[in-house]
Amino acid sequence: MPPIIQVSNLCKYFKNIRAVDGLSFSINEGDVYGFLGQNGAGKSTTIRMLLTLIQPSHGDIEVFGLNLRTHRKEILTRVGAVIERPDLYQYLTAFENISLFARMSGEKISKLKLLEQLEQVGLADRAYSKVKTYSLGMKQRLGIAVALVHNPQLVILDEPTNGLDPQGIADVRNLILRLSKQEKKTVLVSSHLLSEIELIANRMLIVDKGKKMVEGHVQELFDPSAMLVELQVINQEVTVATIEGSIWKSNLQKQQQDVFIFKMAKKEIPALNTYLANHGVEVLSLQQRHSLEDYFLSLTSANQHVQAFAN
Amino acid sequence: MGNKKFYLLAFLNCLCLISFAQDANSLLQKIRDRLNKVNDYEATGVMKTNVSFLKVPEAQVQVFFKKPDKLKIKNEHGISLVPKGAVSFSLNNLLKGNYTVLDAGTEMMGSVKLRVIKLLPVDDNADIVLSTFYIDEAKLLVMKAKTTTRESGTYEVEMSYGKYAAEALPDKVVFTFNTKDYKLPKGITFDYDDGTKKKTETHGESSKGKVEIDYSSYILNKGLPDSVFK
Amino acid sequence: MFRLLQIELFKIFKRPRTYISFGAIAAMILIIQLGLKFDGKSYLQLLMSGISDSFIIPYDMILNGYLVAFVILNTLLIQVPLLIALVAGDVVAGEANMGTLRLLVTKPVSRTELMLAKFGASVVYTVLLLIWMAILALFLSMLFFGTNDMLIARNDVMEQISKNDILWRYVAAFGYAAVALSTVAALAFLLSVFADNSIGPIVSTISIVVVLTILSEMKIPLYDNTVKPYLFTSHMLAWKGFFYSKVDNEGEAIRGSIENLPAILRSLGILFSYIILFVTVAIISFRKKDILS
Repeated sequence: MPPIIQVSNLCKYFKNIRAVDGLSFSINEGDVYGFLGQNGAGKSTTIRMLLTLIQPSHGDIEVFGLNLRTHRKEILTRVGAVIERPDLYQYLTAFENISLFARMSGEKISKLKLLEQLEQVGLADRAYSKVKTYSLGMKQRLGIAVALVHNPQLVILDEPTNGLDPQGIADVRNLILRLSKQEKKTVLVSSHLLSEIELIANRMLIVDKGKKMVEGHVQELFDPSAMLVELQVINQEVTVATIEGSIWKSNLQKQQQDVFIFKMAKKEIPALNTYLANHGVEVLSLQQRHSLEDYFLSLTSANQHVQAFAN
Repeated sequence: MGNKKFYLLAFLNCLCLISFAQDANSLLQKIRDRLNKVNDYEATGVMKTNVSFLKVPEAQVQVFFKKPDKLKIKNEHGISLVPKGAVSFSLNNLLKGNYTVLDAGTEMMGSVKLRVIKLLPVDDNADIVLSTFYIDEAKLLVMKAKTTTRESGTYEVEMSYGKYAAEALPDKVVFTFNTKDYKLPKGITFDYDDGTKKKTETHGESSKGKVEIDYSSYILNKGLPDSVFK
Repeated sequence: MFRLLQIELFKIFKRPRTYISFGAIAAMILIIQLGLKFDGKSYLQLLMSGISDSFIIPYDMILNGYLVAFVILNTLLIQVPLLIALVAGDVVAGEANMGTLRLLVTKPVSRTELMLAKFGASVVYTVLLLIWMAILALFLSMLFFGTNDMLIARNDVMEQISKNDILWRYVAAFGYAAVALSTVAALAFLLSVFADNSIGPIVSTISIVVVLTILSEMKIPLYDNTVKPYLFTSHMLAWKGFFYSKVDNEGEAIRGSIENLPAILRSLGILFSYIILFVTVAIISFRKKDILS
């Protein structure tokens, strides 16, 4: 079975800026594919190319095994999307909005079906209110309802949790899981939050400056054998001596004065802790985090440096 | 040349004039008498307007007249712009009032010899400076009248007679008058310029306008009320 | 395609701003009608000042519904491009501004179809605006002022049209005006493609129309024979040509005739060329455009 989305060597240049630079990835049927990157990493540009909003400078996109350039209409009939902000016609009601976009998708959808769709996102009671009276969360849910109204096989959600309160974020998360588990849809969801993607995606891709950084199964990437343990101690010399002669020496990644960073499997952490205590090391704090997170944070801080520099 | 001879000539000349004048006066009186037989009339006809700046279609008009000098041109079916002079310088109007009559001899109009009579108003301040009548003596009909005014130039009325010649009512009247060229006040409207070359502009120059009425029928002396002329 | 057009029209006619135009036109027409009802004679006296010395002028008859409609069209067809730009300049840029354009373009509809539907909707709006104008300016005036022959003052000529020779001319004139205003709509539509909010295209359309109209109306020989014949604004007023009659040898206006039909048709052709040009460029640009809004 061909992948739902196959992207090869995709590039987009805006004048001198390489927004997307040789990106390749594939999404299989049933995937919830997390698309991760900082703002400006090229996520939105890539998604817009997938939705024919932007023309690629180079590269190929195939969706459902069809070339996007030559089979645009066929493909888009089977795709639903929310792109960044859930902008809809403010002066129309939710019902008018959803029926309008349903008609544009070429589907003849009954009024009942439309209302059901609104009900699913909890907006049935406000179906006949103008969208301008909606809160951001309601708009986001309406946007998702609009994206799903024509029962697409592939759902693309660009930063669907942006600006939502914790409850709203949880709602969107549950919706995505439902789409995937119950309705067997393929979902591409982008975010700049690793924790988000970790919770919902089965596969993920991290991009930075338009380039692919990491791609793989979330389970593998969040491999519990690759935890980072950050240890702060009071007696630095004792600690150094203790580790020097132990099996933990190979796990030590870095030492900066009284801070020691080890890389190890999650289940080994208690053993390390006990060993150090037994050898008179006074531990002030012990923090564990995932190496992917660390990596992702490093991208963030690098970007922040760049931004600070630019400012 | 002696003075006596000159005086004699002058005297003879005067004598001639007077004798002619009397003749002209009586001719005018005869014409006036004929016109006076018509108390009123209501005529129908077709009016054609030929003025350089007016593009007007032919119009069905009704012409009402009542003694001594009431005249009205009406268009029941639409609008007709009637030259002021056509009403104010009608024959009846020209023939009323006090004036000095001068015989100006004869003139040929086509094959017909016409008597030319000039009328000079006694009142020096009158608008009419001079009017000239061209009269077919045999038929006692005024064929043409020319009026020079102080204010509005020269008017000319030409008449041809047919069915109603017995009542001295014309079948056709052509009224010629002076008019200034029309110019739309500036800034009123944008006009459409279709790209054709316009005739050379004549700023405020006067030109001739012509109005022609072809009468098809007259109803005579049926007693028109004055309200018609309001 | 028809479905798309319906959707676009639905969007246009659900917006309050659309009705501003209809309200504005009604207001302007009623103001002109009231003014002429109470002081029409002074207006006519001004128009006729050149000939009132030599002619008896029946002002009451001249001030009739047909003339009032003509005066209104004369005045309004200069303002209406503004109202057309208000909607046509918004059809693409407005959606870019609202953010709905990106959702629209991800629908399984070709960009060309989408653009044609949008332009089609602008034209329908233009035509409806003109029908609205016709109802108020022509039929309401006929009711208020009655009907009679119509006298039109041109720069150096006065035209008189018999009352039973007028209505078809109005139909033709409104038809022509629809094309002329569609040209403005096409221009606004084109500019709308390049902007992310509707103020830009609306203001630029109006500016272009105003500047070109001034160029068209100025009598400067340098422009007269060079650019002027090719400006679309030079041809916007050709609807008036339907009210100008031919004259016969005796100088009488001929009923049912048009003075210079070829010139009107040529103007019509030029306007159509502009529409095709504007819309084609708009579609080509939009097809290539990256939607970043």
